[in-house]
Amino acid sequence: MTTTPSRSSGEPFLVVENLTVRFPTADGLVQAVSDLSYSVELGKTLGIVGESGSGKSVSSMALLGLHDRKSARIAGSIRLDGEEVVGMSEDKLRRLRGNTVSMIFQDALASLHPFYRIGVQLAEAYEIHHPKATKREARQRAIQMLERVGIPQPDRRVDDFPHQFSGGMRQRAMIAMGLMNDPSLLIADEPTTALDVTVQAQILDLLQDLQREFNSAIIIITHDLGVVAEMVDDVLVMYAGRGVEYGPVKELLTHPEMPYTWGLLSSVPDVTADTNARMIPIPGNPPSLLSPPTGCSFHPRCPHIHKVPGDLCRTALPELEPGPRGGHHLKRCHLVDPESIYETEVLPEIAPDLAEAGGEG
Amino acid sequence: MTAQLPDHAENDEHRPDQPELPPADGEQPVDVAPEFEELVASTHTAAELDPLAEPVLTVENLKMYFPVKSPLLRRTIGHVQAVDGVSFVIPKGGALGLVGESGCGKSTTGQLITRLYTPTGGSMMFEGHDLATISLKDMKPLRRDVQMIFQDPYSSLNPRHTVGSIVGSPLRVHKMVPGNQVLARVQELLEVVGLNPEHYNRYPNEFSGGQRQRIGIARALALQPKLLVADEPVSALDVSIQAQVVNLLQDVQKEFGISFLFIAHDLAVVRHFCPEIAVMYLGKIVEIGDRDSIYSHAHHPYTQALLSAVPDVKQAAIGGRRERIRLTGDVPSPVNPPSGCRFRTRCSFAQEICARHEPPLLQIGPRHKVACHFAGEVGQHPVRPITARMLGEDDTGHPDDGTSRLGEAATAVGYTDTWFDLRSQTIVTGGRKDTGGTSMTGENLPPQA
Repeated sequence: MTTTPSRSSGEPFLVVENLTVRFPTADGLVQAVSDLSYSVELGKTLGIVGESGSGKSVSSMALLGLHDRKSARIAGSIRLDGEEVVGMSEDKLRRLRGNTVSMIFQDALASLHPFYRIGVQLAEAYEIHHPKATKREARQRAIQMLERVGIPQPDRRVDDFPHQFSGGMRQRAMIAMGLMNDPSLLIADEPTTALDVTVQAQILDLLQDLQREFNSAIIIITHDLGVVAEMVDDVLVMYAGRGVEYGPVKELLTHPEMPYTWGLLSSVPDVTADTNARMIPIPGNPPSLLSPPTGCSFHPRCPHIHKVPGDLCRTALPELEPGPRGGHHLKRCHLVDPESIYETEVLPEIAPDLAEAGGEG
Repeated sequence: MTAQLPDHAENDEHRPDQPELPPADGEQPVDVAPEFEELVASTHTAAELDPLAEPVLTVENLKMYFPVKSPLLRRTIGHVQAVDGVSFVIPKGGALGLVGESGCGKSTTGQLITRLYTPTGGSMMFEGHDLATISLKDMKPLRRDVQMIFQDPYSSLNPRHTVGSIVGSPLRVHKMVPGNQVLARVQELLEVVGLNPEHYNRYPNEFSGGQRQRIGIARALALQPKLLVADEPVSALDVSIQAQVVNLLQDVQKEFGISFLFIAHDLAVVRHFCPEIAVMYLGKIVEIGDRDSIYSHAHHPYTQALLSAVPDVKQAAIGGRRERIRLTGDVPSPVNPPSGCRFRTRCSFAQEICARHEPPLLQIGPRHKVACHFAGEVGQHPVRPITARMLGEDDTGHPDDGTSRLGEAATAVGYTDTWFDLRSQTIVTGGRKDTGGTSMTGENLPPQA
């Protein structure tokens, strides 16, 4: 069943370039996503991190063409296997959705139809993209996928309704639905946020196994940096609709260079942390996207703004460009020497044990 | 109350008698963020344990069974054993964390303490009153002392009441201050929780999630409670806001000496806030102890599995996933829980005795109790049940006359000076071995034993 799509060009499977999504509203234009660029290779995982309202979900929905054409203004380019998605006809988009690209939503109970049996909902996804398949084949496929995601007695549970499944099983069923047609790109929007840690671990294991098996590209949208650390290859940190830091996970989480990323790291305690570690919040609230702050959009909440000379942070938007550590690690910040600030000021407060060990992970 | 109804909040800024307000959010000065050093100084490190603190609440053998009715005859056909024999102590000015998966009974426990439910059995001693049996009329004055912060800041505030009326209503109900001073007190409270006191006439929908949670905290603080039950107070908030609220709770705890029962499923937040933690599974406490015992020396397989399931940011330095203990399956139904140890159906160490006997919550260290027949640190679980002889059984759980039963020594509520040392398999007192050895009738046992 696994078919790796023919690669029409040398570029990564998914390339997003200068994506901008704006919604006109009664109060003005909401700039949900501005000038966002990233790419994902087959078999790799990208993690997108940020607060609610930072544009994580909006940018990913654009990949599936899920925004209303009439109300959303989308600019830039999204290329899936070389094919442009922005401006694609609805017909072609429909063939893409659930087939080449599929999405797993956060709230499995709200995303499954309560009146239809699990099996019927799964089979539908298959039948739509395989018009010649019989009902029986589709049902067999549903049972097969339920078994693959670890639902016990799939041949019986396939006829259950969603309410008869537990939270973890519903999420598994959602994943099974997403995988019905062997997608090359799977977008998981907060796939484990509503789940208990033990179930979360099971779902993450499952996603990783499936990726190994199907060699698909995965985008995980989350606010849990722990999940990011363990699951992804590359990380994109978003703030107020823009990418503010982008790089390989190991590099980015051990040598973060953007104060917002520091803030995210310092806001969550660690189960293994030193008890002298502090939880340092990011002051204030996320900005309104109707009138984003001038200059760097993080400047009203940035506790390190005083270290940048003059009014630079308030007036000039920094570029997303390579930091002092080289070409793969991009950051959008005016700070000249973020590394030493992180190691001498931030790290000793949030992880005294690491700082004493020399800061090097 | 009508005096506080707003003309309309939007007109605030144009009113001449009002001082100038920051644009929309009064929470922080909007334009300038504090310097990093100031920010650090305003935060707290993990809370520390005061081992000598007096208990403010002693819960013993608390039970809550919800009846399951048959749909036709409306007869009770079973019970959901939501909380089944839970005992713990909350120290004055301290915080006890209650963790566990959803459906383990941790929220129900919180609601029992605030008497939103009447417990089926057990006792909850609070300042000489048993909250479990007290009548609702006698409970009313005590509600001042026991308050609650709810999980969802969106559904726990009445959208049609102003903040002033929400925070002020406990003051009026309990006649804490004369009617004409309610507003002043409300503004004081709003300031304590870091909101702009001028915003008393706004409605909940004008605030963000974090600000609403602050309103909920202000309401709980209004009556100057001695005990606060915080049920997942930060779970619904964004990560960056979670830290703000946790620091605020630590502020008020220090300032007013409030004791907390902190219910959450986020093990890392609980670890930061609570020097003592109880782990619940299916209505029972399976392990309870101080922070170090639970997080560094967990002895119960369930606690170990929970801890190992938490994704770790530090893993980024190594790459890949952490080795973890995998739990299979789901939590069994509390209507029909497994016999013996409730965790046995998902436990890799389970043996015959686990199905026969429920393991007692045994004290195994100065501040550490665990309920497991095979308690041990990861990789060091014993082969033979540690509890068998105490229960008067042999290793498979059959009666064995050759052993003597253990009294209440190591299983009383709270912690005692005598506990069962796992390494030597004997009762020890304050760290030194009891001369009685395994006879377990040493002179250090409580007189009634």
